[in-house]
Amino acid sequence: MSRSDLEEILDLTDTFAEIGRRPIPKVPALRGRTVATAFFENSTRTRMSFETAARRLSADTVAFSAGSSSLSKGESLRDTVEVVASYGADLLVVRHAMAGTAHRVADWTDLSVVNAGDGCHEHPTQALLDCYTLREQRGSLDGMRIAIVGDIRHSRVARSNILAFTALGAEVVLVAPATLLPPAIDGWPVTVFHELDLLLADLDAVYLLRMQQERITEGLIPSLREYANDFGLSTDRVARMRSDALVLHPGPTNRGVEISAEAAADPRSVILDQVVNGVSVRMAVLFQLLGSGQQLVAADIEPVGDDARPEGVDR
Amino acid sequence: MAERERRQTPPFGGVFVSHARIMTADDMGRAVRRMAHEVIERNHGLSELVVIGLQTGGVPVSERLVETLEEIEGIRPPLGTLDVALHRDDIGIRPVVPEAATELPTDLDSRIVVLVDDVLFTGRTIRAALDAICDFGRPRSIQLAVMVDRGHRELPIRPDFVGKNLPTRRDEVVDVHITGVDLGVMEK
Repeated sequence: MSRSDLEEILDLTDTFAEIGRRPIPKVPALRGRTVATAFFENSTRTRMSFETAARRLSADTVAFSAGSSSLSKGESLRDTVEVVASYGADLLVVRHAMAGTAHRVADWTDLSVVNAGDGCHEHPTQALLDCYTLREQRGSLDGMRIAIVGDIRHSRVARSNILAFTALGAEVVLVAPATLLPPAIDGWPVTVFHELDLLLADLDAVYLLRMQQERITEGLIPSLREYANDFGLSTDRVARMRSDALVLHPGPTNRGVEISAEAAADPRSVILDQVVNGVSVRMAVLFQLLGSGQQLVAADIEPVGDDARPEGVDR
Repeated sequence: MAERERRQTPPFGGVFVSHARIMTADDMGRAVRRMAHEVIERNHGLSELVVIGLQTGGVPVSERLVETLEEIEGIRPPLGTLDVALHRDDIGIRPVVPEAATELPTDLDSRIVVLVDDVLFTGRTIRAALDAICDFGRPRSIQLAVMVDRGHRELPIRPDFVGKNLPTRRDEVVDVHITGVDLGVMEK
């Protein structure tokens, strides 16, 4: 997606944020439409956020979750998608542990497909809500210096955010131990540091990633405690940040690992704003796909089929 | 303005070509002044009034109405704006891009709401606005003021205060702007 595409959605989000502040936060825009959520991987906030967004637009929701479905009886992904689609859904929100699933599903069906996270690849709506949150706080991302800290290697949030932040004019710095960086990082529009302390004082925002203990199988870090010591946003570290700097986290947070409880509660932390904005951004995405009469493929932040795809993305 | 903008999008498309100037800026000023007096007369003053301009064409008209009400009575009623794009019944049929702000100055419960729009045509915008307002509260009454009533209603809606009754053909377009009211057509 280009800068203007991103900005179009972010501008549209303002309208939907206003609806969220109404006494009855609901508009009939997508009445009679059905949004199906197919989550093949666990999630609370993304799924609830999408469902809330759909309901605020008066769309109906159909939920599918892997744990309690016929997948456990051996039904294939494709059959599952076709079944979900045949319940009359107009749009499918897909999360899966495999990179590229949303693209694949989009090839199989005529429905609009929104990627709600595919493995270690991308999480586009998260990036949109993060951009919206930063823009809400600062007016613009132009010239901001944003550090993304933590497990870059397994993070789809990091991949989407690197693309979105840089597209909107921010400078992105990655801070992580070498073992938690992707194997081939050349060509990414970022600079890499291995120490957080040196940078703290000249950052506009710190974006902490969750330590994804479910994806980290090899011994990439000595221990969570040691990681927290070196890379966690401790109470002491947050005190050394600029007074106008922002703290973001995609959630769920591991308190005491990547962020201390005090840092999360600091006035500079906009973690809860991110959750609120998530609903507004997803309303904008759903509306743009189903309600605006425009055709748009909202698969990924990245330009599809373009060379701009970062190298070394696990596919 | 609003009508013209909607008409510029598919399935209409095209460029507005004016046939005739129906009202000049002075005519509009006189019409607003008369409507303001009617609003005051009907409601015995301005004490519980809220004026709401419909985005985007109704907003400048509502601003002028509030200014005139203030000149006459010495009280400035609260002024708000309402964007009804998401309440329209033609979502998905043609592009609807909500971009204008909804800002209501006060709680609407038991107030008298005067909705203001530039052109009253099919009545569908007003239907959407009534729905939207009911999401914000329960006004004691809702009244409708329009600069031009051009006929061709598709719903049982009638205005309370009219700047000008203007018989039109369906394919004509009425354009209300700051310098006057024009009647014309969209040409490809």
